[in-house]
Amino acid sequence: MSGPASRTTAPESNAGRSFRAGSVQRRLVQRIGFGVLSLTALATVVPITMVVGYIVQQGGSAVSWEFLSGLPRDGMRQGGILPAIVGTFLLTLGTAVFSVPLGVAAAVYLAEYAQENTLTRLIRVAIINLAGIPSVVYGLFGLGLFVLFLRFGTSILSASLTLSIMTLPVIISAAEEALRAVPQSFRTVSVSLGGTRWQTIWRIVLPQAVPGILTGVILGLERAAGETAPILFTGAAFFLPRLPNSPLDATMALPYHLFVISTQVPGMPVQIQYGTALVLIVFVLSMNLAATVIRSRARARRQW
Amino acid sequence: MKDPDGKSTLGDRAPEAGRRFNWGEAIITRLIQLSGYSAIVFVGLIFLFLVRQGAPALFETPLAELFGTRWYPIEGYFGVLPLLTGSLIVTVGAMAIAVPLGIGTAMFISEIAPRWVREILKPLVELLGGLPSVVLGFLGILVLSPYLRLFLDLPTGLTALAGSILLGGIALPTIVSIAEDALDAVPRAYRDAALAVGATPWQTMWGVTLPAARSGVLTAVLLGMGRAVGETMAVMMVTGNAPVLAVRLSSIVSPVRTMTATIAAEMGEVASGSPHYHVLFFIGMLLFVISLVVNVIASAVVFRQRSRSERILS
Repeated sequence: MSGPASRTTAPESNAGRSFRAGSVQRRLVQRIGFGVLSLTALATVVPITMVVGYIVQQGGSAVSWEFLSGLPRDGMRQGGILPAIVGTFLLTLGTAVFSVPLGVAAAVYLAEYAQENTLTRLIRVAIINLAGIPSVVYGLFGLGLFVLFLRFGTSILSASLTLSIMTLPVIISAAEEALRAVPQSFRTVSVSLGGTRWQTIWRIVLPQAVPGILTGVILGLERAAGETAPILFTGAAFFLPRLPNSPLDATMALPYHLFVISTQVPGMPVQIQYGTALVLIVFVLSMNLAATVIRSRARARRQW
Repeated sequence: MKDPDGKSTLGDRAPEAGRRFNWGEAIITRLIQLSGYSAIVFVGLIFLFLVRQGAPALFETPLAELFGTRWYPIEGYFGVLPLLTGSLIVTVGAMAIAVPLGIGTAMFISEIAPRWVREILKPLVELLGGLPSVVLGFLGILVLSPYLRLFLDLPTGLTALAGSILLGGIALPTIVSIAEDALDAVPRAYRDAALAVGATPWQTMWGVTLPAARSGVLTAVLLGMGRAVGETMAVMMVTGNAPVLAVRLSSIVSPVRTMTATIAAEMGEVASGSPHYHVLFFIGMLLFVISLVVNVIASAVVFRQRSRSERILS
């Protein structure tokens, strides 16, 4: 490579030639490098599509109206999985009831009220740690606090509370980010017109942040809906062929049901297993899809 | 009136002076403040309950036995070493798969892929992150482990290797998305400077962008590892559930049992308050501490990088 002087005087001839001289080898290295990276990306993506495609293909034939709306019969080897579908729906709803208000309020605190001090840093460390705690440890905690100490028993209530604490960090982080993205001028205008801080947050800032918050909420709930370990000892029933009629009932749930029928029940027809897996991933991935759609539509419509 | 905490960005500008005390506002402010502290409260509560139920294990079971090599609860042997090594070997295997694939994919998405490819790849990786681990475990039993048994000629396909492969897949989305963020955050000027002095795009990527993003990438790896250590259902379903000491190289193709799987598999069957029960909570304590350490290191790495880049760019 020639020095900078030659490059300023003759950018084309001198520097250009020496660039080309070593470039065959360098281009080869680059081609190999790019090829390897493309392969790793393929190796990441292809199995995902294969997993989803395979379950759709294998489970598709098992899913019928009777499968979706019937009660399990013959030790779960026949009939439908309605109680598990309803159970997962109720658990997701229960999780939302507890985690959304608390998570959004915590995010409002962090984005609108908190100063940068030791306490706030401590809160952030706590959120990071909540996000990292293994799901089975949440299960232990839920068993200790909700099931035994507070005597909620093995119930939808205990399981929902356990799942909502697990979901909390996801919701807080997403909501805080959404709130911080609202331009400061919105707040300034509202306050200058006589709005109190809470009025400003409630009527101006929160509505602007709704799409971002919603995306985070859905992604958090998606994780909760697919989790098995936290509900294992707090609310999931092995076999309960009826619909729950109170929050203090235990319930069947799709992920736990899939675990049960694929490991604990001998002679289980593979069809039913794939069908259950398909219903579970449709349940979970439709939430994922909803989040993606909300996010991209909000981005397109945003006025600031 | 004054704001209850009097330390706002807005409140000191709010023209509330002269109005009567606003109870609604004060109560709401207090509620929001309390919600803000909730994360700390929950981490404290979780630790408290784990210790409350887990600490007795330290007194009931002799320490030498608790960290012994035999896990055989029915006979009263509660040595957690086999479970620790089980978690270790499965996690190491998972990282061997997920780290190169994850960083490679992140580099591909952030540096090479044209826009439309990126728009397809990112949601797909997110999709993998959304797949319930029990579904992966289910396919692990029905599809992956029979293949492993056939190809590697093993007595059973339910091995640490099967667990590692699934865990690799579970850690991947975390690694890809965080590493990609880190690569994205490298200032455009770094790349431009490298290209301007004649580096090829590949040399720029490998010699400039990746090193500049290395603490973010390290965080990605750590958090991916955290996910792998804590994952329960998938490993429980495919690792064969054999609590034996996994210290040889051949252990990777033998059945093992991780800490998480042990809790999940045995908690349902123990009497609450028994030594076995306390040991399971003790394992939960260990997992809590491991995730705490991993996460604190990971966030410390990020903070350090932030302050350093602020120094450089200011």
